[in-house]
Amino acid sequence: MLTVRHLTKSYRSAQEQIAVLRGVDLSVAAGESVALTGESGSGKSTLLHLIAGLDEADSGEIQLGDIIVTGLHDSARAALRRDRLGLVFQQFNLIPSLSVADNLAFQSRIAGKHDAAWQRELTERLGLGALLRRYPEQLSGGQQQRVAIGRALASKPPLLLADEPTGNLDEDTADEVLRLARDLVARTGCGFLMVTHSERLAATLDRRIHLHAGLIA
Amino acid sequence: MRRALWILAVLLSHWRRHPMQFATLLIGLIAATALWSGVQALNQQARTSYDRAAAAFGGTRTPMLVATNGGAFSQQLFVDLRRAGWPVSPVVEGRISIGGRSVRLLGIEPVTMPVEASAATEIGRTGAQAFLTPPGQALIAPETLASLGLAEGATPALNDGALLPPLKLQPQLAPGVLVVDIGIAQKLLKMPDQISRLLIGSAKGPRASLESVAGDRLRLVQPDAETDLERLTDSFHLNLTAFGLLSFFVGLFIVNSAIGLGFEQRLPMLRTLRACGVSARQLNSVLILELVSIALIAGAIGLVCGYFIAASLLPDVAASLRGLYGAQIPGQLTLKPEWWFAGLAISIIGALLAATSSLLKAVHLPLLATAQPYAWQQAQHRWLRLQGTGALLVFIAAGLALWLGDSLIAGFFVLAALLLGAALALPVILGIVLACGERSTRRPLVTWFWADSRLQLSGLSLALMALLLALAVNVGVGTMVESFSRTFTGWLDGRLASEIYLNAASEKQAIEIKTWLKTRPDVQAVLPGSRTDLQFNGAPIELLGFADHATYRDQWPLLDSTSDAWDRVRSGDGALVSEQLSLRMKLKLGDRLDVPTPTGTWPMDVVAVYADYGNPKGQIGVNIDALVKHFPDISQTRMGLRVAPAAVPALIDAIRTRFGLDGRNLADQTTVKTESRAIFNRTFAVTAALNAFTLGVAGVALLTSLLTLSNSRLPQLAPLWAIGITRRRLAGIELLKTLSVALITSLLALPLGLLVAWCLIAIVNVKAFGWRLPFHVFPLQLVQLLGVAMLASLLAALLPILKLLRMQPATLVKVFANER
Repeated sequence: MLTVRHLTKSYRSAQEQIAVLRGVDLSVAAGESVALTGESGSGKSTLLHLIAGLDEADSGEIQLGDIIVTGLHDSARAALRRDRLGLVFQQFNLIPSLSVADNLAFQSRIAGKHDAAWQRELTERLGLGALLRRYPEQLSGGQQQRVAIGRALASKPPLLLADEPTGNLDEDTADEVLRLARDLVARTGCGFLMVTHSERLAATLDRRIHLHAGLIA
Repeated sequence: MRRALWILAVLLSHWRRHPMQFATLLIGLIAATALWSGVQALNQQARTSYDRAAAAFGGTRTPMLVATNGGAFSQQLFVDLRRAGWPVSPVVEGRISIGGRSVRLLGIEPVTMPVEASAATEIGRTGAQAFLTPPGQALIAPETLASLGLAEGATPALNDGALLPPLKLQPQLAPGVLVVDIGIAQKLLKMPDQISRLLIGSAKGPRASLESVAGDRLRLVQPDAETDLERLTDSFHLNLTAFGLLSFFVGLFIVNSAIGLGFEQRLPMLRTLRACGVSARQLNSVLILELVSIALIAGAIGLVCGYFIAASLLPDVAASLRGLYGAQIPGQLTLKPEWWFAGLAISIIGALLAATSSLLKAVHLPLLATAQPYAWQQAQHRWLRLQGTGALLVFIAAGLALWLGDSLIAGFFVLAALLLGAALALPVILGIVLACGERSTRRPLVTWFWADSRLQLSGLSLALMALLLALAVNVGVGTMVESFSRTFTGWLDGRLASEIYLNAASEKQAIEIKTWLKTRPDVQAVLPGSRTDLQFNGAPIELLGFADHATYRDQWPLLDSTSDAWDRVRSGDGALVSEQLSLRMKLKLGDRLDVPTPTGTWPMDVVAVYADYGNPKGQIGVNIDALVKHFPDISQTRMGLRVAPAAVPALIDAIRTRFGLDGRNLADQTTVKTESRAIFNRTFAVTAALNAFTLGVAGVALLTSLLTLSNSRLPQLAPLWAIGITRRRLAGIELLKTLSVALITSLLALPLGLLVAWCLIAIVNVKAFGWRLPFHVFPLQLVQLLGVAMLASLLAALLPILKLLRMQPATLVKVFANER
């Protein structure tokens, strides 16, 4: 479902060109959970951002279903994120001025895919029923990340991308959040690609890809 | 569409969670729109009145023929010109007095009146027959009817006993004007078979040349785009507009500060929206939609406020225009639909202008939050360098305009450039002062005090600029008004030397009064005076006749004169010229004046220049006997009486009892001076009100900046609190910081304000009114304004400080736990 071929990306620093990705190839099948690991600076987050269309690759190709992501302009990439991707970040990135209920429904509403029954089920599975009227600042880190996962899956995207989703959480909460994410991925049948530092958490997914110095190790 | 509405709802949710910030934004927009549209309402009201006056049966909007000598001419010329194919229509004009009130009387001939003279068509519709057939009608504006205390249908008597035809209301007529059939007007004005001017219709056809019919007795006057009144009052309206514009920009500072902060706080939200699949184009469109919606709401409220501001200022503006220019402005505000649309448009344009930098940031918003390429100091240095360069360029432009420019617009440009340059330079100067402070100490908390003040500079600079501008304008205008007031008082003492001033109801009565006064031992001298209006070198001027008497020689303050000035005036070949006329027509001592009179050209030399404050028209002072000789029909009803001060009340009582004169045409020197000062004060009442508004808005700008900044200050303050500095001490330091930058700003505003005053006195006043004034500095006034500015700053700083004092430790702890 997701195929990445010979992807490269470099950044210009003050004096030099730094190659972050140097020809990455990978694939994620529908319903498959894949962990992307690697040391700091290995290019994990950059790869995820390129797949999500948040940044542009220098060369190579990203294909999501029948769409070549690397050939899209800004508006089309935005539409791709809106309709076909779910994104979860380490910093939760909830909208502080919206309640939990509105945050959960936000992406599905702008994608025009709001499904009230699915929304109720998500709320129940994520244990957010009592928190719907609260605002993000009134939630703990684990609760905020559960809302972020709910928002990402509310429109039932074919692929869920998560960038260190448990990086700000303690071990127990991280396990709990990841368990919920895995359950929901299984329930929707979408692909799941998660960037993580944790070997322990990576081991709980179907497959692990290790990135070293911009290349798949 | 639905998607856009969802995005809009998300953007608006920020304001719901930050009502104070939203209120700030609204207040800024409302204040900007209200002050701007209020001033525009006043200008529009006045301009509508001028248009009504101009449209009154062929003002200067219609081409016309007038006598070459400036006086009336024979009706036979009208007949001859009609026969020669000229589509002309006669008008007789003069002044009549009803119940002691002077009114302009126009006599027209509706059958030949050109359709372009708009009001004529109204007569046609309401019935030319009633207007033409006895007893006829006297058309009158509602305001004139009300001011005369008469009802429609009344037939008031003139001071000489003659009766007017029944009054008939005509709303589109200018105030202060009465229109009757030409035959009636000729009788009332005692101008049998005489015409003041001939209006020329647009009908084309063969016609003989003007010279072949009228010789050199008539000259053609082309229609003007502007009336005399518009020309005269332009400077007044320009002043008002300048103030409105200043208030508008000060209001926009608030808007800019609120939008900027709102945008910074919403950056993570905007990134999240983009990450969730909202395209940049859609996000920017919705951001603009949100801004326009807010601007429309604020604009509508601002317009209502603007209406009330205009309504409350209108009486003073009307009094100023009447006192300064004799312009009649109705006391009730009537606004055109364009005003409402323009108000909403200016609110939207203002909001977009204030949001430009934020919107541009949104357009170029990177999807991924990357590390800032510069540390804040580097970014600030770059920003300050840019502003400093901008300030320098603006100052150079001001210098060039001062050097090369020679108009009122150039004067205002110098003023605007000076203010803009100073505003741009302010953060640079503050940055230097604060950096010096930082370098001068080694105590850690004091070092932090200076360094943190510099850090806050970018967030506070707009509000401080607003304070600088408002204060400088206050100092400038205050100094100018006070200088003017002092000069005006001294000048009044010189010009109003007679103890009693009277204006007889008729020439017959004037002769009776003069004869009677000769029998009074308490009257030391009777000083007859007279004046007449005429066109001189294409501009309206006033010819003032006065007696040859020691009172004038000793007391009239002359700015410049020849050694034999008074003797030349007495002999009739010397003229005193008002300062504004000498500046406008570039007249200097010894120049020849050829004044057109009904008896031919009157040649005179300029022998002196005198100040004539408050008179928009140029004036030429001449000997009264010579004036009567050249204008045999001139009214000779005015006179001043020299009397021992103790005898004034008894003499006034005696004149009042014997001749039936009342307060309108009999006054003592004190009353005339009091009235003149009242006109002066009312003229500047509008300026004072707009001054206060501007300073108030600047105070609000400072308050809102501090309030909005206080929310983002927590990450800077929490670490200090964590290492043991109490909230009370932190609050004290914050207050001290705000007051320090406000004090530095205010101290910089004082010399800037004096420079503004110099510009107003030496450039704008001279170009606008033709008056040069001595420049005075009033230290007490400066200290007072400094005090007001510091009080405003203290009040503005107090609310955020109280907020900090009452802040729960849990809120400060959150900075460490939940910093985004």
